[in-house]
Amino acid sequence: MTTRIITTLATMRAGESGIVCGIEGGFGLVNRLAALGIRPGKKITKISSIFRRGPVTVQVDRMGQIALGFGMANRVLVETAEDTH
Amino acid sequence: MKRILLMGNPNVGKSVIFSRLTGVYVTTSNYPGTTVSYTRGFVKLGQEKAEVIDIPGLYNLQPTSEAEHVALSMLAEGDVVINVANATNLERSLYLTLELLEKNVPLVIALNMWDDTVHRGIEINLEKLQEVLGVPVIPTVATTGQGIKSLVETVETLPPHSRTAAPPRNRDERWKTIGAIVDQVQHVTHRHHTWSERLADATVRPLSGGIIALAVLTGTFLSIRWIGEHLIEHVLDPFFDGLWSPVVLTVSRFLGEGFLHTIIIGAIGDQGLNFVESFGLLTSGLYIPFGMVLPYVLSFYLVLGILEDTGYLPRLAVLLDTLMHRLGLHGYAVIPTLLGFGCNVPAILATRILESKREQFIAATLISIAVPCAALQAMIFGLVGARGGHYVVMIYGILFVVWIVLGLILRWAAKGFTPEILIEIPPYRLPTWRVVSKKLWMRSLGFLAEAIPIILAATLVINVLYAAGVFNAIADFTAPIVTGLLGLPKEAVTALVIGFLRKDVALGMLAPLALTNGQLVVASVVLTMFFPCIATFVVLLKQLGVVDMLKAAAIMICSALTVGSMLNWIL
Repeated sequence: MTTRIITTLATMRAGESGIVCGIEGGFGLVNRLAALGIRPGKKITKISSIFRRGPVTVQVDRMGQIALGFGMANRVLVETAEDTH
Repeated sequence: MKRILLMGNPNVGKSVIFSRLTGVYVTTSNYPGTTVSYTRGFVKLGQEKAEVIDIPGLYNLQPTSEAEHVALSMLAEGDVVINVANATNLERSLYLTLELLEKNVPLVIALNMWDDTVHRGIEINLEKLQEVLGVPVIPTVATTGQGIKSLVETVETLPPHSRTAAPPRNRDERWKTIGAIVDQVQHVTHRHHTWSERLADATVRPLSGGIIALAVLTGTFLSIRWIGEHLIEHVLDPFFDGLWSPVVLTVSRFLGEGFLHTIIIGAIGDQGLNFVESFGLLTSGLYIPFGMVLPYVLSFYLVLGILEDTGYLPRLAVLLDTLMHRLGLHGYAVIPTLLGFGCNVPAILATRILESKREQFIAATLISIAVPCAALQAMIFGLVGARGGHYVVMIYGILFVVWIVLGLILRWAAKGFTPEILIEIPPYRLPTWRVVSKKLWMRSLGFLAEAIPIILAATLVINVLYAAGVFNAIADFTAPIVTGLLGLPKEAVTALVIGFLRKDVALGMLAPLALTNGQLVVASVVLTMFFPCIATFVVLLKQLGVVDMLKAAAIMICSALTVGSMLNWIL
C-alpha cells in the first residue's frame, strides 16, 4: 500500500516526485517561487542536489527546471507517495 | 513618436525580437539575465517611425533585482507593450501578461519559440487564446524571423485605446485564471525523455556535473589557446613579418633619425625591427592590438559565444554555488566572472543580475582585481609564455589564490548577507552559426573600436613623456616601492602608470626591460591586480558610486602591493 508523507524539497531524494503542498515563507518568497512554477498543487520532481547544503535542482510540471538554494528548498513542503510493502 | 516596449520573462528571446525589429544588434544568449539595461532602436510602422525599447526580463511586476527595477520603471513610458511570451512555457509567461492586462496600456503578445512547441508535443489553440485574453497573439520564431512581419503589422494597426484595463486581481486569483486558460488552450501529448534532457540532468548532478564542468572549462581554455596561437602563427605573424615589415622599414628610411621617427617607428635595435619593443605608432601601436591581442579576442569570444548559447552557464552556476557562497557571492556570479576574462567592462555591467549591492560590490571588485581581460592574457601568453609555459600557469594560479583569499576577506568584511540562488535552468539548445558569428563580429568590432584609439594615444603619450623626462622623474620618485618592495627595475613603474590606459600596452612596455623570469611574473601579477584600465574604472564608478569605487580602489592597491612584495620575497 502507499502512504502519503509530507517532506521538503531539501530532504527529498534525487528522482523523487511529489505535489507541492505549501511554502513556509513570506509574501516575497511565495511570490518568487510561484512565478517559477513552485506553488501548491504543482507536481515537482527533484533532479539533483549539490552536497554541503548546496542548491537543489527541480523539474516543475511542464514549467521547466529551477535551481533554488538549500534554505529555500527547505521551506517548500512536498507531499510524496511512499511505497510501504 | 510612438514608444514600443518589449517585455517578458527572462530568456524568452526579447533581445532577438528587438534585433529583428530594429536591425540594432544587442547581445543575446541562452541564459536568463543577458540584458541588464535597456537598449533603444527604431522601427518603421508604415510611414511612421516608432521607438522600440528592449527591456530586461521580468517574471512579474514586483521586481527583485536592479535589472528588474530598470524594467519596471520603463513601463510608465510606453505607448504599446509587446509582451514576449514563451510558447513552450505558457503558464509561466501568462502571469506577467495578466498583470500587464490590468494596466491601461495597449498590448500585443508575441508567442515566441513557436517552432519548439512541435517537438515538445505542445499544441496551443491560438484563436482561443486570443479570445480569452482579448488582445492579439502572434506566433513568432525570432531566431529565424518568422512572424516578425505580422507582429509589426499588428502593432501598426492597433488602435491607441484598443481595450480597457482588466479589473485587478490578487496573486492567487491570477494563478487560478492562468490554470483555467492553459487548460482551455493548451494540449500536451506525453513523450519520452530526449537525449538532451538526460544530458541536461547529468550536468547538474554533483559527481557527473563536476566532471563535466572540469572537462568543459579545460576544453574552453585549451581551444581558446589553440585557436589564438594558430591565428598568430599562421595569419598575423606572417602578415606583420612578410608584408608590414617592409612598409615600416621604407617609412623608417624616409623619416630618417629624429623625434618623428621615434614616435612613428620607435627604436630599431641591433637585431632589426622588433614589433613588440620598438614602441612606435606603426610598430607596437599596431602590432599589440592586431598581432597579439586580436587573435585571442577572436578565439575567446568565439568559444564564449558558443558556450553562452548552449545554455550551459546557468548549470555551472548551480554547481559552483556552494563555493561562491564562501566568497560572499552566489553561483550566478560565475557569469559576470567568465565575461571578465574577455573584458572587465561588460563583466562589471553584468554584475547587475546579482540581487544585492553587497554581492555586486564583491563581484565587481574581485573581477577587476583577479580576472585578467583577454587583451592582458594575450600579452601574458605572448611575453611570459615565451619564457616557459609554467610561468603562465604560475600567474593564473596566483590570481586564482588571490581571488579566493580576497573573496573570503570581503565576505567577512562587507556587511549584509548573500541571498540564495533562485534561477531558471533553460533547456539546452544547439548554438546557431548565424547568432554565434554575429555576436563574435560585434564583440570583436567593439574591441577594436575601443582599443585602437587608446593604444595609439598611449603609444604617443609614452614617447612624449619619455622625451620630456617625466617618466624618469616618476621612476626615481617611486623607486622605493617598485624596487624596494616589488624588486622590479624602477623603469617598470612607467608600465604601471600606462596600465591605467591599456594593460596590454603596459605589459608590452616591460618587454625591453630584460626582466628575469621571476620579475616578469611579479610584474604581470601586479599589473593585473594594481588598478583597472580607464574603461573599467569609469564603469566601476558608474556601477558602484564614488564611495564604493574608492573602497574598491584601495583594496586593489593594497592587495597588489601585498601580493607583489610577497611574490618578490618568494621568487
